[in-house]
Amino acid sequence: MTVDLEALAALGARMVEMTPHAAALGMKFVSVEADVGTLKIPYRDDLVGDPQTGVLAGGVITALLDHACGLAVKAAALDADPTATLDLRIDYMRPARPRRDVIARAHCYKLTHTIAFVRAAAFEDDPDDPIATAQAAFVRAGAAPKDSV
Amino acid sequence: MTAETRADRLAALLVAVPYARFLGMSAELAGDEMTAILPFSPHLVGNTALPALHGGVLGAFMEMTAVMQLSIREPALRAPGAHQPRTIDVTIEYLRPGRALTLYARADVRKVGRRIANVHVEAWQETRASPVAALRGHFLLRLTR
Repeated sequence: MTVDLEALAALGARMVEMTPHAAALGMKFVSVEADVGTLKIPYRDDLVGDPQTGVLAGGVITALLDHACGLAVKAAALDADPTATLDLRIDYMRPARPRRDVIARAHCYKLTHTIAFVRAAAFEDDPDDPIATAQAAFVRAGAAPKDSV
Repeated sequence: MTAETRADRLAALLVAVPYARFLGMSAELAGDEMTAILPFSPHLVGNTALPALHGGVLGAFMEMTAVMQLSIREPALRAPGAHQPRTIDVTIEYLRPGRALTLYARADVRKVGRRIANVHVEAWQETRASPVAALRGHFLLRLTR
């Protein structure tokens, strides 16, 4: 199957611009390739979780990782069908550095008929020095959570 | 350092944490039990078709609920200038779509060790018995005593 990267990139840009919460966080589309999606959030004072240190709130990283995982599922499934997060585990390795943008890169490494499995990491510029890593499972379209869980 | 009252500490946190204000979070206290409240607002939506709250909002709100419950529970954490508990890991379970309604959450502090606390959080909307999402997490306590 040929992956239409241009169409995927357009989808990725729409996913941040058309989602009210992503737009409110100032989320930006970075890139997309087969099975992988990358997004970022530029640092903003009103997203700080610890006023003593100026570190972004964990919830900001959570929302960014969740959204990047959703993009990775789209990049793997190659359809516009909606997905719903089933579960999301996040390990925080260290605080985000103050006044730095945070990038999240997600890889959908397995798709079944109903479930998409994704791993992701959040970092400033070095993927090998992560702020947090995530492991997520998404329900694919046709299996809405309220019917299946 | 003198410990503030729980209500003072909670009010101070809600004002001092920019991200809590960004979400629009508030809280009510009954003794040492806190109910966190997140009124619906369009900027919290993740799916405009349903509409449904963003999964990140549910996770963020429950994580903040856990941090705030810990901050008001332990006298050493209520001291002015005490460090906030820091999240080590969270596991978020999404049970139902979060609808365009007020969201509530309560945190159940399962264990507080010398350095690490284990907390379970449940979030619901109209019916507490039908939770929208749940969170289990570990938090690093940075006591100043």
